[in-house]
Amino acid sequence: MSFRLDRRSLLASTAAMGATALLPGRALAADPLTVGFIYVGPKDDFGYNQAHAEGAAAVKAMAGVKVIEEENVPETVDVQSTMESMIQFDGATLLFPTSFGYFDPHILEVAPKYPDIRFQHAAGLWSADKHPMNVGSYFGYIGMGQFLNGITAGHATTSKKIGFVAAKPIPQVLLNINSFLLGARQVDPEITCQVIFTGEWSLAVKEAEATNALADQGCDVITCHVDGPKVVMETAAGRGAFVCGYHANQSPLAPEKYLTGAEWNWADVYTGMVQTVLDGGTIDNFVRGGLADGFVKMSPLGPAVSDAARAQFEATRAEIMKGGYSVIKGPLKDNAGNVIAAEGQAFAEDDIALESMDYLVEGVIGSTS
Amino acid sequence: MSGDLGLWAVPVAMLGGAIRVSTPFLFVSLGECLTERSGRINLGLEGTLTFGAMAGYALAFESGSAWVGVGAAAAAGAGFGAFHGWICRFKGVNDIAMGIALMLLGIGLAFFFGKPYIQPVAPDLPSIPFGFWSDVPQVQAALQVNVLFLVGVALAFGMAWMLRNTALGLRIRVVGDSTEAARAIGIAPDRVQLWATAAGGALAGVAGAYLSLYYPGSWNEGLSSGQGLMAVALVIFARWNPVLCLFAALLFGAAGALGPALQTVGFTSGYYLFFAAPYVLTLALLIFTSTPGNALDSAPGELSITK
Repeated sequence: MSFRLDRRSLLASTAAMGATALLPGRALAADPLTVGFIYVGPKDDFGYNQAHAEGAAAVKAMAGVKVIEEENVPETVDVQSTMESMIQFDGATLLFPTSFGYFDPHILEVAPKYPDIRFQHAAGLWSADKHPMNVGSYFGYIGMGQFLNGITAGHATTSKKIGFVAAKPIPQVLLNINSFLLGARQVDPEITCQVIFTGEWSLAVKEAEATNALADQGCDVITCHVDGPKVVMETAAGRGAFVCGYHANQSPLAPEKYLTGAEWNWADVYTGMVQTVLDGGTIDNFVRGGLADGFVKMSPLGPAVSDAARAQFEATRAEIMKGGYSVIKGPLKDNAGNVIAAEGQAFAEDDIALESMDYLVEGVIGSTS
Repeated sequence: MSGDLGLWAVPVAMLGGAIRVSTPFLFVSLGECLTERSGRINLGLEGTLTFGAMAGYALAFESGSAWVGVGAAAAAGAGFGAFHGWICRFKGVNDIAMGIALMLLGIGLAFFFGKPYIQPVAPDLPSIPFGFWSDVPQVQAALQVNVLFLVGVALAFGMAWMLRNTALGLRIRVVGDSTEAARAIGIAPDRVQLWATAAGGALAGVAGAYLSLYYPGSWNEGLSSGQGLMAVALVIFARWNPVLCLFAALLFGAAGALGPALQTVGFTSGYYLFFAAPYVLTLALLIFTSTPGNALDSAPGELSITK
């Protein structure tokens, strides 16, 4: 076993030597399962990391499980040190490195060294023929949540322009943007959605500037896909626009302007996965789920949502709960005029083709590059 | 919320951006300008700004008053500055290395103490609607001017006047240009530098409070994206002149608003390039305004980078 000699691993090995000297053998009681969670930002950011940390908190409440967490771990070689130290020092056997950029090359670097440790990564990057089998991929169809956001937005907008503050043009983000607009177009096919990319997952001043730019353009419902939506929500509500949440429930930030939000529900997912391991089973390498499977949930509807909007929202949610719902369906073109789906063609929520989305649909004002 | 400005949206957004985004740059660069005019460099202002943002937000939340937060941020910043000034008076202490150490310390302490304040919502600083004459909502929004911005503008002119026309200004300049000359006329350079560094730190603390209490208006660990570091560079760009610091900060703020504004009017490709606009602009201006030989002419003589 080789590891980089840094402060943490030095402490780890020193402590481990001390521990071996004290303990004659394995403890008599069953060892608890140690589960490590790694976050790219603060775990109370009203966003991506908070959603995962709420899942971790649910795991913490389970019997026979010890949870260790580290936040603000950059997507650099730092996350490799964190993973190694969780494994060697804390004895973690199940790791949840939650950020998108942890996968390549960091998890791929560490995982082959520890074939007995399970690495669970929250994005659609793993594939059976290329990557180690002790790495698993899980994700939820949260685009459906943005579609429902879009329905409430379509009813709330008077300018027929809605806005989206996006971090980077990766497939998950593009699906959310497209779903948000297509949801709004369920209400009125004239609605357009302006998207602004900030280029980074967390960049407070630029997110505020982007939100102001959207408001300046007349967008009166704004949502986002950045790690911490707090700044976007507060800035948009401050400009008098309605907001739709993302990742977690942001209604306390703008109680009057909050329509609804697409939230992760990692608590159920994580406790389920940990229970599988406790029962001696193996977690599937490829786990997906949507609203019906409890991977994703919607924030309670806000006071500004009209009765008509509520009715359409509930009806559509009931349809989605049946499973296999298609947001991307023909006839549909992208915003450069290329055909995405012909008449009669549909991509259901679990269609793997959606995980390599590289287009913005007609009606979205913006570009992926 | 209606009214389509077309391409006019870009200059309006840049005006708004200049006012909104420039204030932290302005305060940090004024603080650094004052410190450097006394012959000392404080590279730790990024840490001071981050700590000021946290302290301001925390105290504003606990007390319910944003102005208490600004006061706390200034006091914390003055503390950091005075510490830097005190350490640097000892023989053999390198102020650049010390500044970097203080930057890391400030950021670390801010993250440590700031943990419980990421979630709560603190009161915001008030702003003055100078756009009341216009019925265009975009113009009204752009001209929502925060009080701190006006303070900063007044401070830039006040500091320029103070440095040029007052006995205090003369002392600071003498110490900055030659500590021997200062000693010869009976000024204690250490004391002047200590106060100038503390005052510079206080201004950087206020810059942080502007970030966390007004724009974007919440505390989190990714709040400062290097404003404190860029502002130190702006001082050199502004040739140690407070009024030029004001224009440099405005220019930087306006250029920062360019990226998002251009995306909304249809320049959707290559936005990474537009986001680099502030830096490209700074480089271009530096090249156009410099002539070989006089680049550091207006630099204080005692500055460790010019010695």
